[in-house]
Amino acid sequence: MTAPTIRVQSTDFDLQAEISALTAGRKNIGAVVTFTGLCRDEQGALSALELEHYPGMAEAEMLRIGELAIDRFSLLGLTAIHRFGKIMPGENIVLVIAAAPHRQAAFDGANFVMDFLKTSAPFWKKEHAADGAQGDWIAAKDADDTARDRWR
Amino acid sequence: MTVKLVYFAWVRERIGKSEEDLDLPAGVVTVDDLLAHLTTLGEEYENALQFPDVIRVAINQEHVEHGEPIAGAREIGIFPPMTGG
Repeated sequence: MTAPTIRVQSTDFDLQAEISALTAGRKNIGAVVTFTGLCRDEQGALSALELEHYPGMAEAEMLRIGELAIDRFSLLGLTAIHRFGKIMPGENIVLVIAAAPHRQAAFDGANFVMDFLKTSAPFWKKEHAADGAQGDWIAAKDADDTARDRWR
Repeated sequence: MTVKLVYFAWVRERIGKSEEDLDLPAGVVTVDDLLAHLTTLGEEYENALQFPDVIRVAINQEHVEHGEPIAGAREIGIFPPMTGG
């Protein structure tokens, strides 16, 4: 059984290094799909995002989601990395890499992990406004719940 | 029973602390009971938990529904809907 690689960290990640770590020495992988989520500046209105997480539970929940995805889509490898702390526009927030024999399982696996990560991994985003004003916590979107529920 | 409560995001900000150990009266059996009990502890709790339907709860770092009994809980996390990813 493939075990997911899960990390919660304040530092950035290196996409190519993570793909290489997942595929090194493997000859049965025919497809690798990656998703990277970045911080937007919202047309200049946003100076940074503050990412808060529940230490311990964040890792546990990402591991649970990763195991579900490996099982459901018969993935050959899965990496999920989520950053926390202050993140500037243009910087990376989250990375998901799914490896499978064929493309559809890899696409679906990465998609599934992101949909569940957004709705059940304990992370919260707070906006810092470009004008220096104390920003608001971002509200959860119904569309994210809908995206998750299509996997039922 | 004494339990460790941990708060996150705007729940943490409104209550004004990130965690505390709390002695719970015997009548507090479920998550719903706990949320109702907390709102009696002061205006800051009332402000944080005034719409209990949107509040998410984890017992020992696993998501639970509001009807879940809290017996045996070491740590209870209380937080808004998640917005990571």
